[in-house]
Order: sequence, then C-alpha cells, then structure tokens
Amino acid sequence: MAIKVHSPGLSTTVQDLGRPGYYHIGIPLSGAMDREALRSANLLVGNDENAAGLEVVFMGPELEFTAPATVAVTGGEIPPKLNGEPRDTWTSFVVKAGDVLSFDFLKAGARAYIAVSGGIDVPVVLGSRSTYTLGALGGHQGRKLAAGDELPVGSASKSGAAGRKLPVLLRRMPGSPATLRMLPGLYWHRITEEAGKHFLADTWKVAPEADRIGYRFRGGQKLAFVDRKPPFGAGSDPSNIVDACYPYGSIQVPGGTEPIVLHRDAVSGGGYFMVGTVISADMDLIGQLQPHMPAKFVAVDMTAALKARKDQDALAASVRAALA
Amino acid sequence: MATKDLLSPLPGTFYRKPSPDAPVYKSEGDTVKKGEIIGLIEVMKSFHEVHADADGTITAFHADNEDAVMAGQPLATLAI
Repeated sequence: MAIKVHSPGLSTTVQDLGRPGYYHIGIPLSGAMDREALRSANLLVGNDENAAGLEVVFMGPELEFTAPATVAVTGGEIPPKLNGEPRDTWTSFVVKAGDVLSFDFLKAGARAYIAVSGGIDVPVVLGSRSTYTLGALGGHQGRKLAAGDELPVGSASKSGAAGRKLPVLLRRMPGSPATLRMLPGLYWHRITEEAGKHFLADTWKVAPEADRIGYRFRGGQKLAFVDRKPPFGAGSDPSNIVDACYPYGSIQVPGGTEPIVLHRDAVSGGGYFMVGTVISADMDLIGQLQPHMPAKFVAVDMTAALKARKDQDALAASVRAALA
Repeated sequence: MATKDLLSPLPGTFYRKPSPDAPVYKSEGDTVKKGEIIGLIEVMKSFHEVHADADGTITAFHADNEDAVMAGQPLATLAI
C-alpha cells in the first residue's frame, strides 16, 4: 500500500505527535502543530494515536491510493473530495485502489490532518516519524512532499470503520480573536509596566511569515524597555539577552515590535528576551491561525495553566472514549 | 460575455507587482492568457504566483496591492 502524490499542496509534511527529548541538543519537538486534531484523525481510522499522518497547511494536496484504506481529515476546514465528490471532515471514509483525494479551498482554521489506516510508514528517526524540514530530519526524506513522491503506508492492525464521526463538542478550534493564555515570566521584567499592559490589552494579528518554527504577530504597540547597561555577552539592542534556552511556546519580541511564539520546529536557544510562554494547552490553537487573524494574549498564573493542561488531557480522554 | 472570478488559492498578503518599485503585473482592461501571472501571495516566508486560469480580459481587481486575502477570495474578474 502506498500513496502517490500528484500535487503536494503548499507545504504538506509527515507528522506524528512529535520527537520530544532532544530539544536540549537543538533538535526540536516537531510533530503536528495541532496535536489533538492529528490524534482524533488517527483514532477515527483505527490507528494508534501517535501514528504518522499528513499535516496540510492552507492548501490541500492531491493524493492517489494504491490499495483500499480508511481515511479521515480533521483540524482546519479544508474540505476533502474523493474522486471529486465532497467528503465530511472529522469523519472516516473508505478509499479504494485508484481513488484520488483532493481538497477544496481552505474555509476555516489553517492546518488539516490526514490519517490513513496503517499510518504513513516512513522510517522512525530518534523515536518519531515527524518531519523537521530545517534539519532535513525524519518524515519523507526530511522534507515537505513533492509531486511524484510515493509514501509507504503500514498495514492496519485493526481496520477503522467508515462513517465514524467525532462529536462537534470534542473538536477544539480557536475563536476570533483567538485567546492565547500565557504565563508572564522569563524576561518579563525587561519591559516597562506600561508596555506589559499594552502587550496584554492590544489585539495582535498573525503575520504572513508565521510557520512551524514560530508564529509571528504584529499590530500591537512597540514594547518599551527598562533602561539597562547590556550585560557582557548580550547584544546592544534592549531586546537582546545573554544567550539562553528558548522554551517551546516562549514568546520572544525582537526589537520589542513583533512577538514570535516558538512552535514545533523552533530553535532551542538564542539571544532574544522572552516575555513568557504560551501555556501548553493553547499551543494547538496557534496551529489553526491563518495569516491576519486577530489574537490576544491573556495572562494566567501557574495554577490556571496546570488546570488548563488537565482540561486538555480530559478532552483527549473524551476523544479516546468517543472513538474507542 | 461570460465572466470568471480568479480566486486566491491561499490566505496571505496579495501583491500586484513583482517588487515595490516595479509596475503592476496587470491592470484593469488588460488581456491575459491562461497561466499568466496576475499577482503574488506572500505566506510562510515565500511568494506564490497567482496565475490566470483562463484566457480573457481583466474587468476588475477586487484586492489591492498588499491587501490581506483569504483562500477562495476573488482577486479579479475576467471576461472570457
């Protein structure tokens, strides 16, 4: 069983739930930007939830199946079509050998996940099949898909039935404006009290540059810094620090102008100050933000962040139960 | 005469010219051949050409240079 890539879409990559454990040596987490959507797609087709699927961003690929399989498309609304006939998202459907999956224009969200029963069977690299394109690591030859590629599909241990649907209440998508909860900290003290208020009060917009490495936002007021003499090793710009580790989800603001939330393919360290981190429970939402969409940062404390993580775990448990 | 809307394939920023100081690719009233570039969409640090999908005459642009556009949004109308 294989999938032939007729056209690749904008930047379609093989992703599973990620490659944790190597960030300290500079290899990022990678994996789906919206992990809950990939998990749902896998469970819909009867896969292990960490099986590799395809992450599609903004524009869908055209794919041909060489053998029968069960398929599901979840996440952002990029409506699938099988041999030109519309298929529902968040719902499993059967494909036959020779069937062609294509997509309509993006309607909502930013990233769709395609799961195929058996999973995309590319080699496991450092414990994951996820693609890290900057490092040319994992996935299909370490890169996004190209026309003419042929992707191996594993043999399905249990075949998922067609017509399985995830209830709407278990599909999590950002609102408008998107609300991104963040834990102020790290180098928050570098900006003035006034700047901190603006940062949280302003409505930001996703910059078109936003990608898997970092989500850039613009449109808010420039942050004013507390005066200082640059410490030894830090650059002269007030947004520079002595090089430090960058946590997943950290919000750096180079020059104090455009916040960047580091995401699945982020670099692991550098010399820009960070105002805090987006909480882990809201990272999936960022993966569904289109360019120019409004977003607001909302400060929470650690108790609220941990509660949100528990809620996110409960959602995952409900998805598992609904698709068991 | 039949008309056809040329839709944006991607969300992003629409550009009607190849660089800031260059003339626009096409103006209203210009004829286009199928496959000709009518603009660019910038997203994820790269620029993607928008091609005419039919021969015709551009009767209207619906997005200005540097406008934010959504996928599926009409960028121009062609008389074909």
